[in-house]
Amino acid sequence: MTAILFIEQVLNGLQFGVMLFLMAAGLTLVFGVMGLINLAHGSLYMVGAFAAAAVAGATGSFLLALAAALGAAAAAGALVELLVIRRLYARDHLDQVLATFALILIFSEGTRWAFGSFPLFLDIPDYLSGPVTLPGGIEYPLYRLTIILTGLVIAAGLFWLISRTRLGIRIRAGESDREMIAALGVDISKLYTLVFALGAALAGLAGAMVGAIQSVQVGMGEPVLILAFVVIVIGGIGSIKGALIGAILVGMTDTLGGLLLPEVFKLFMEASAASTTGSALASMLIYILMAGVLIWKPQGLFGGQA
Amino acid sequence: MSRENMINATLLLGLAVVPLYAWATDEPFTITLATRVAILALAGVGLNIALGLGGLVSLGHAAFFGIGGYAMGILASHAQSYTPLMEVPFLIEGTKSMPVIWITALAASALAALLIGALSLRTSGVYFIMITLAFGQMFYFFAISWPAYGGEDGLSIYIRNDFPGLNTLDPIQFFGICFALLALALWLNARLAHSPFGLALNATRQNAQRVETVGLSPFRLRLAAFVISGAITGLAGALFADLNRFVSPTMFSWQMSGEIMVFIILGGVGRLYGPVAGAALFITLEHFLGGLSEFWHIYLGALLLGVVLFARGGVIGLLAGRKVAHD
Repeated sequence: MTAILFIEQVLNGLQFGVMLFLMAAGLTLVFGVMGLINLAHGSLYMVGAFAAAAVAGATGSFLLALAAALGAAAAAGALVELLVIRRLYARDHLDQVLATFALILIFSEGTRWAFGSFPLFLDIPDYLSGPVTLPGGIEYPLYRLTIILTGLVIAAGLFWLISRTRLGIRIRAGESDREMIAALGVDISKLYTLVFALGAALAGLAGAMVGAIQSVQVGMGEPVLILAFVVIVIGGIGSIKGALIGAILVGMTDTLGGLLLPEVFKLFMEASAASTTGSALASMLIYILMAGVLIWKPQGLFGGQA
Repeated sequence: MSRENMINATLLLGLAVVPLYAWATDEPFTITLATRVAILALAGVGLNIALGLGGLVSLGHAAFFGIGGYAMGILASHAQSYTPLMEVPFLIEGTKSMPVIWITALAASALAALLIGALSLRTSGVYFIMITLAFGQMFYFFAISWPAYGGEDGLSIYIRNDFPGLNTLDPIQFFGICFALLALALWLNARLAHSPFGLALNATRQNAQRVETVGLSPFRLRLAAFVISGAITGLAGALFADLNRFVSPTMFSWQMSGEIMVFIILGGVGRLYGPVAGAALFITLEHFLGGLSEFWHIYLGALLLGVVLFARGGVIGLLAGRKVAHD
């Protein structure tokens, strides 16, 4: 294995991690502010991807497709919040799990009804396709590099939003004491809708950007949702910083584990057995990482008292 | 006899009479549907011990369902091909005997529940939901990427396993086995709920701190409930695999966990017979709505949403009225 391959895989891991962060950030915000566990977050990811594929198919413009993904996911998020989620804040987690599970069924089957069961494809635009040469002579796909940069810019924007703006102050205040900020004259239900739509838009953007690498199909959101849960468990619920570090940790572990574990097993096993054992174990690696973090820090790396 | 008891008796009787009628009129498909109801209800009864009694919202019970299924698949496939399961350090042969398979399924899923429970019960609330979901997914990916037992394609078993004295290939006799096990699990659940352990567990759900101050350990109570719960769901998995004569990673999928939980909610949370009512309703809906529309999950989703938002007692709650609330 060469150093170039290794660096490429590190970048792939970073790209995967950044995408996971976009999902996890919305989830952790919604949990932190509203105390709600939202299984339907993966459906919003899917809505974003489908909106992008449909608009790209109709207009041929990738930027319009991304805008459509943001808009559609935010609109779907706001609608769902107004109709359903709003009634769940005061309920226990079991009700929240079930109602959002019901939303998944409705979203998935609704999308299958509207778009059919066959996967759609979203093409990478010409100006973002092809490789780019990085310092050190490493060739890396420009599109994936764009994803990494976009994700990092959004992460920086989120930190700025939460720590520097009036909205961010309200969000943090809502996290610590919702009754108090309602008493201070902040329209708390409008704030909740806004936070939910923001999280949904991030998920939709992630769906659209990943949709151009993978295929756009019904059920694409749930595997990512479960990984985003792992990220949040590792990072600590409600912490954006935890979500970023957890996401990159999970992305790296998953990508590098699949590459390195079979090699490690080859040191003391025969090649074919090593690659099957290695890849089977690699598929479990992030969960083992999660279990490790749980034993060490049950509240996650950056979690307060949830 | 209270109204709820009457509904429970009617439910159980109905579940027994429908397949008997189908047997008399020679409609084996209906018997298979009833067998599915009995098996899925058994899985629900398992989860209900953790969820209803212990208040543990586990979204990873498909792990135990799948382990039970694979216990059957692995043992039966070795018996089918006459190859031993392992030779060192001692010889283990495959088997086609249901009781042996059941014991293996119970033991294997109880062991998995002990490990998963010991880790996930360090946390509570939302963390617990996410962690059980994640561990369930771990088994799913392991089953897909481990090629020895079929990987993604799963394992087919050509002939249903044997039970001494019965012909399991006859649908009504296999239904009888599943029904008897469901009745046994319901009886066990009822006994458990009124035992000192069940009372302490119930108290832990309502106020863990108080339980701790009287000298009981909430963690150990919850872990015990989680292990019993996982073992029963594992047994249901073994039966489910035997019904289909097929095991695949789908049994581990998170949708399976969701569905098992849906049975409980449709029937009514914390009701002894909730899973039976829920599984019966689910299979009926699947059969009739599935015939009407390919997209019947939309209606299922809408119904589930309606039950969660507006009718929290589920079917039994609707029929029997509110329970005299203690909590």
